[in-house]
Amino acid sequence: MNVRHQWTPVGPVRAATLALMAIGGLAGPAAAQGFAGMGTDAEGYALPQPGVAFSFPADHGPHPAFRIEWWYITANLEGPEGRAYGVQWTLFRNALAPGGTDAPGWAATQGWMGHAALTTPERHFVTERIARGGIGQAGVESDPFEAWIDDWGLSGPSLSDVRMTATGPDFAYDLALATDRPFVPQGDNGYSVKSEAGQASYYYSQPFYQVEGTLTLPDGKVQVTGDAWLDREWSSQPLGDDQTGWDWFSLHLDGGEKLMGYRLRDASGDDFFVSTWIAADGTPTPYEDGHLRGTPLERTEVAGREIPTHWSLALPERDLDIEVRAINSAAWMDTSVAYWEGPVTVTGSHDGIGYLEMTGYE
Amino acid sequence: MMQAGLHALLSHWWRRPFQLVTLLLGLATATALWSGVQAINTEARASYDRAAQALGAESRDRIVARDGAAINQDDFVALRRAGWLVTPVVDGRVQTENGSIRLLGVDPFTLPGGSLPGDLADTALDLSFLTPPGQVVVSPATADRLAGTDLPPIVRVEGVAPAMGYADIGIAQDLLGLRGQLSYLLVLDDQPLTRPSLDTIAPDLRVREGQGQADLARLTDSFHLNLTAFGLLSFAVGLFIVRGAVGLAFEQRRPVFRTLRALGLSTRALLGLLMAELLVFAVVAGALGIALGYLIATLLLPDVAATLRGLYGASVEGELSIAPVWWLTGLGISVLGTAIAAGSSLWQVARLPLLAPAQPRAWAMARERSMRWQAVAALALAVLAALTGWLGSGLVAGFAMLGALLIAAALALPLILHGALRLGGRMARGPVREWFWADTRQQLPGLSLALMALLLALATNIGVGTMVSSFRLTFTGWLDQRLASELYVTAEDEAQAGDLRAFLEERSRAVLPIFSAEGEIGGLPTEIYGVADHPTYRDNWPILSAQPDVWDRVAEGDGVLINEQLSYRDDLSPGDAIIVSGWQTEVAGIYSDYGNPLAQVLVGMDALDRFEDVRRTEFGVRIDPSETGALTDALIDTFGLSPDAIVDQARLKQMSLSVFERTFAVTGALNVLTLAVAGFAILTSLMTLATMRLPQLAPVWALGLTRGRLARLEMWRALLLAGLTMLLALPVGLLLAWVLLAVINVEAFGWRLPMHLFPGQWVLLMGLSLLAALLASLWPARRIARTPPADMLKVFANER
Repeated sequence: MNVRHQWTPVGPVRAATLALMAIGGLAGPAAAQGFAGMGTDAEGYALPQPGVAFSFPADHGPHPAFRIEWWYITANLEGPEGRAYGVQWTLFRNALAPGGTDAPGWAATQGWMGHAALTTPERHFVTERIARGGIGQAGVESDPFEAWIDDWGLSGPSLSDVRMTATGPDFAYDLALATDRPFVPQGDNGYSVKSEAGQASYYYSQPFYQVEGTLTLPDGKVQVTGDAWLDREWSSQPLGDDQTGWDWFSLHLDGGEKLMGYRLRDASGDDFFVSTWIAADGTPTPYEDGHLRGTPLERTEVAGREIPTHWSLALPERDLDIEVRAINSAAWMDTSVAYWEGPVTVTGSHDGIGYLEMTGYE
Repeated sequence: MMQAGLHALLSHWWRRPFQLVTLLLGLATATALWSGVQAINTEARASYDRAAQALGAESRDRIVARDGAAINQDDFVALRRAGWLVTPVVDGRVQTENGSIRLLGVDPFTLPGGSLPGDLADTALDLSFLTPPGQVVVSPATADRLAGTDLPPIVRVEGVAPAMGYADIGIAQDLLGLRGQLSYLLVLDDQPLTRPSLDTIAPDLRVREGQGQADLARLTDSFHLNLTAFGLLSFAVGLFIVRGAVGLAFEQRRPVFRTLRALGLSTRALLGLLMAELLVFAVVAGALGIALGYLIATLLLPDVAATLRGLYGASVEGELSIAPVWWLTGLGISVLGTAIAAGSSLWQVARLPLLAPAQPRAWAMARERSMRWQAVAALALAVLAALTGWLGSGLVAGFAMLGALLIAAALALPLILHGALRLGGRMARGPVREWFWADTRQQLPGLSLALMALLLALATNIGVGTMVSSFRLTFTGWLDQRLASELYVTAEDEAQAGDLRAFLEERSRAVLPIFSAEGEIGGLPTEIYGVADHPTYRDNWPILSAQPDVWDRVAEGDGVLINEQLSYRDDLSPGDAIIVSGWQTEVAGIYSDYGNPLAQVLVGMDALDRFEDVRRTEFGVRIDPSETGALTDALIDTFGLSPDAIVDQARLKQMSLSVFERTFAVTGALNVLTLAVAGFAILTSLMTLATMRLPQLAPVWALGLTRGRLARLEMWRALLLAGLTMLLALPVGLLLAWVLLAVINVEAFGWRLPMHLFPGQWVLLMGLSLLAALLASLWPARRIARTPPADMLKVFANER
């Protein structure tokens, strides 16, 4: 079976989101709306409601009543002599059918997909795993925390202290992530609105991980240290029908502040650009559409598409006026649902590092 | 002018509709036999491809249980979680009230792109496929067969292999009664950088290396080449008819051509009209031929499918799918055949001397002149055949030799008949007899094409008949030797095998273990069998050649026995060194092993231990044949063995023989068809000649021979020529049989068979050919007998 053809969505929110959708696309009628089918109808699935507080550690575990969900980690790492590396570890859960439970065995209706990537300034390694729930090949447990698909794992005693591993045919990594900061709810205390029409998701982050560990590359092992960012999100219909893709920024600024911002591109040109400023102590300040502004400055041809790999971002409320550049502009994720995701550098009013994810460029 | 020309040309066919029918039927038959055989080959090859594509399973390494049993599903999850990229498969047969299918249960989540046939990839990730009740995906033909059975909903997908179904693994486990169990795991590409060894995760499992995808195609190539050769032969025979009909029609229209040219029609225009006419005939006959070919293929395909299944385990759809390309090639071959058959006639027309007088006999005379050329060509081809036989190697060379031999014989036929008739004429006494011999010789050119066709058909019949009968005789004797044990029993696993052996030993004269392993010789898969040191083998095993103390050497592990196929493939003789899966040893002897496409090695029981993963579950049992029934029942009662696990000698022989018979059923059918075509060729030739011969018969009639006498002589003539042709066909056929047995069989299958002679068959065939000639001459003779005397007289009144 050709997963690639089968699961490629017809239309164009965070790549992760998308990916999940990819699995979701296999259930029910073909979803032609939104990137990776994420604009599809959520009938039968639970819908996010505002004003619901997160409950940890339970909410670190899966929410099978919702259609899609992901555990999404990106890490900006530094090797000997200051060499920059980026690492991505993502696990998507996608319900094939509503019902909210997971039958045991092969009849399970939960699909799981893992994406792992390792980016150097010159090369980009990526690999993918797909599994179904029910037989133990993939899953997430909240306490003690463990998320896994095949031999890849995100296993802690808790989600604040995890070991993150993945292997591909030509790379591997084994990293320890730890933080003592609280998890940061995005949007309205975790209720993240994705369109004017009201599509929304539950969304929280952990942008304060300190990382150390080992990367295995074709020419040997590299000891690295750095910062990592976790996004947790679950929803049933996260995108509006007309939203064709997004540009997602998660930036570590040198002063210890963090900035999350995303632009949801709309087929009608009516883009939706929201952001969250996270103070060094973890206090979030969400900004609704229209505050953070972003403009592509330069595009690179990647995989036959024109992808903006150099950006100008401005958030006047925070005196932020920066340029964001890809460390490796060819960080193309050639997976079932393909997208661009890679480490970036930040210069301008603030310096820093971060990750950029762009989807829906055809 | 063109229109008038066309009208003039076509009017010929109005006046001689029978000639038109002959031409069209000849062409249609040629096309039918050729395209029928092609259709069968194409269908069979497509089936192999689909089977080979099933999960790409043949080419991938597999993980299987060491003891050959099922794999626990938990081992799959453990391997995945250790980093092994494997995908699980359950593989089994599901019985339904409308026959069984092979069911493959797959996991669409871990199975990589392109591993499922056709459009199945589009179906497999559908929720209705994945979750109960699930779906079973089969080919449209299989879907029709399974309609109304209590399987899960059937989904039709083009391109799925015949008699095969795909289902989600969970659905398939339930259908096969294998819940929680897997048949094997396929090892996927792009394994991760590091992963622990298989032993540390699942010590009961092992990796079995994948085999080349082309295996089935390679094994069955020779079979298809055989069919193709037959198709070609039939095509050639059909073309003889066409050639005869076209030649005759052109000759008879010579005055018309001349008149048209004299009236101002250019050579180019005339040729154009004639070619257009032939093209129309070719297309009409081609279409008819394709329809006939489809019918032939439909009738033969079940036998071919049975043969392929029996010989190679290849599954072929019992129904034909018609592709547009098949129609096109059928028409193409028809047009090509017409072009070949009409080429020389068109050439003659192009060079037609405008003022040459009408020569109704010119065609026959020209034929006589061309005899010299035929003799030269026949000689050259005979030399070519001998050279190919001497220098060439390989199946294609074998068939080239056959082809050259047959054509040489066909070309030489008129010459030899001419000589024989001249001889007969010299010995004849009395005017009527002398006239009979001379007149027969005179007619030879007109009949020679039909007789050549008859010669080919008869020689092929004798050759193939001798080959098949020799093979059957050898095969039956070989089966008696090979299947010496009275009962063959297969245990479910090794633990049961131990109990089974103890049980059997108490109740039989001897229990002979038939343990086996898979190995390789020179990189190709080889079956390795352990053989007990027992008189059963010493007394019965069909040894072809061996060192004197062969069984002692094998028992002591100093040597091995190899099958004939292997000895031809690697050019091995007793005493030669051989390396079996890394074990250096010596060939102690060679035995015949008919029907096995693989290399096989027999080793001593102790030597078998040096190979990996030996299956120790099968036994041959020596008992009194009258006790087999009771022992079978006891085994089923005691061990719960399925009846399939116990085979008695008689049933095994019967199964083997039925495979054998079906293998040659197709050959037989094509044989009969070819002979029928040849008989038809004689009929048409005689009939056309009958009308042309009036000028020669009239004078004889006028001299006092009655029409009835003339008609009887006509029949005798046909019988004489058919009889002579049969006599000539005999040596050609025997030579053909020798080539088939000693060259083609060795190349195609790897066994050489002794040739036996079957004079009874020859007598039968002689009878048949005489009967065909008699029947063919009946109608023309009747016409002669009934020709109104007035017509006879007209011969003297105008010279036509």
